[in-house]
Amino acid sequence: MAEDLINSFMTGPDENGRFGDFGGRFVSETLMPLILELEKQYEHAKTDDSFWAEMNDLWTHYVGRPSPLYFASRLTEHLGGAKIYMKRDELNHTGAHKINNVLGQIILARRMGKTRIIAETGAGQHGVATATVCAKFGLKCVVYMGAHDVERQKPNVFRMRLLGAEVVPVTSGRGTLKDAMNDALRDWVTNVRDTFYCIGTVAGPHPYPAMVRDFQQIIGKEAKAQMQEAEGRLPDTIIAAIGGGSNAMGLFFPFLDDKSVEIIGVEAGGKGVNADMEHCASLTGGRPGVLHGNRTYLLQDDDGQILEGYSISAGLDYPGIGPEHSWLHEIGRAKYVSITDKEALAAFQLCCEQEGIIPALEPSHALAHVIKIAPELPKDHIICMNMCGRGDKDIFTVAKHLGFEMAEAD
Amino acid sequence: MTRIDAKFAALKAEGKKAFVSYIMAGDPDYATSLEIMKGLPAAGVDIIELGLPFTDPMADGPTIQLAGQRALEGGQTLQKTLDMAAEFRKSDDTTPIVLMGYYNPIYSRGVDKFLTDAKAAGIDGLIVVDLPPEEDEELCIPAQKAGLNFIRLATPTTDDQRLPKVLQNTSGFVYYVSITGITGAAAAEATDVAPEVARIKSQTDLPVIVGFGIRTPETSQAIASVADGAVVGSAIVSEIAAGKPVPEVLSFVKGLADGAHRA
Repeated sequence: MAEDLINSFMTGPDENGRFGDFGGRFVSETLMPLILELEKQYEHAKTDDSFWAEMNDLWTHYVGRPSPLYFASRLTEHLGGAKIYMKRDELNHTGAHKINNVLGQIILARRMGKTRIIAETGAGQHGVATATVCAKFGLKCVVYMGAHDVERQKPNVFRMRLLGAEVVPVTSGRGTLKDAMNDALRDWVTNVRDTFYCIGTVAGPHPYPAMVRDFQQIIGKEAKAQMQEAEGRLPDTIIAAIGGGSNAMGLFFPFLDDKSVEIIGVEAGGKGVNADMEHCASLTGGRPGVLHGNRTYLLQDDDGQILEGYSISAGLDYPGIGPEHSWLHEIGRAKYVSITDKEALAAFQLCCEQEGIIPALEPSHALAHVIKIAPELPKDHIICMNMCGRGDKDIFTVAKHLGFEMAEAD
Repeated sequence: MTRIDAKFAALKAEGKKAFVSYIMAGDPDYATSLEIMKGLPAAGVDIIELGLPFTDPMADGPTIQLAGQRALEGGQTLQKTLDMAAEFRKSDDTTPIVLMGYYNPIYSRGVDKFLTDAKAAGIDGLIVVDLPPEEDEELCIPAQKAGLNFIRLATPTTDDQRLPKVLQNTSGFVYYVSITGITGAAAAEATDVAPEVARIKSQTDLPVIVGFGIRTPETSQAIASVADGAVVGSAIVSEIAAGKPVPEVLSFVKGLADGAHRA
């Protein structure tokens, strides 16, 4: 038993918020007391039955959990190899896994007496989820979004505004997701008394990476039980796409100690992981650094200046990655690969045609890797990929890339 | 004794408050920035804070953000910032230089190499915004060992229970951030700052310098009068951003310094 505990991959982070050398609390002094208070409140909530009772009730009746585990029979047949299952988190309320985490943080914020919620968003999925839950609880909501993303994700901007949120287009820096996170942190440092910062991924200062993972691991827990029911055993390979890495951490975490399960994270390779940095593959193409409160792999130049990532998918367009992924990468428990825009687009189309599911561009990256490896694997090999979001938000982007003229609105 | 300690001892002997100015290294370009830096002591600046440009300055307002962008676009690097300090040292061996910025460029260079190079360039102290006491092992402890002061920020959210932790490994001086917010935001009232400075001074013998939001000679004087000195950053950087000639920038700085010295 003792040896099992020592060998567990599920005990992190340590009391300093570290996963090995990664993670930590690299924030300004103004925020430090807030982060310590959040940690205290979260540690309390984590073991509080009434907290989880409220979560479970909302997951069931508001989000629509559990999400199905779906056997993709036509795609499996088409590829002619491994058996492919999809964890259908795109069927959640608001269309992605993001709401799993938002509910947890907002319930916590309410318990802490906070009345104003701020969030950053890239593709807009986390922003929409935050605006949604804030509307449900009557909380003021401010979402920071890179000006460039505001342009390319108009439907989500409109959704957030319908839900009563204020969307602030961020023009500082280069106006991208990382700049939106900077501006959210600047807001928080200014409005420390009444404001709760609802971070959308497994990054940021401790306790965020652990807390967001804990709220997302419902994905992996359900998948594990559902796979037992469907196949009577664990999957052989689990695969998820990674920007910051919250859907992946949610699927991976409950499987970390099941050593027979191969774990693969898929980063956005953009136009290819090359010297021009036209990608967002922090692990494949970056090196360790400190940004947004944690040490992790980052895209940066020789002088430690942060570089802009590039991906067709706004949700993967972040120059960092959650610190727990950096640790899993270094110790070798999970393997990280990258998929290009082109490969993701092809997977997007194949999924539409074969399964009648329009996937978001983010899980299209995970699916593209499935398509790459499944044909070579035996028919009794089971793959479970996380279909973490639906593609409604991406149809304009995809249409443009496929050369299809479409008026956005009249 | 570092140049910072010596400076405060000298000011104390004269019964004067300290005036600390901030400029971004390499803004608007290396040569102009160095020329301004060289003129600061004559304008009455007691301690120079030299900003290390970073792409993601999450505690800074638009003024300092844009200054960092201008510097980076002009090709400023950590090495060039150290070169600037070394160049300044050729003609001034007493005015303390404090590097102020974020951790990643330092971490990227390697902490040991950075400390050796910074010391050699004549740097006296460091203010690294995203290194709270919880991360002291990263840079604070190694810096003190290397003979550099590590100057910590105390803020309105630093309560009495936490204050000893913030003060523990601080040296040189304590920088009190007078507001919860980013650089360049609205100024705090001297009447609000006074009890906070007293609260910090009851727990340390280090000088307490107050910054954030000071833009005029009057505020500079008012704030300095309730502390051991005042810091001005964004207001000076705004003058540089407006393209003012160096003598005008320095005369603006002199007004602020005179304000603090009247206190």
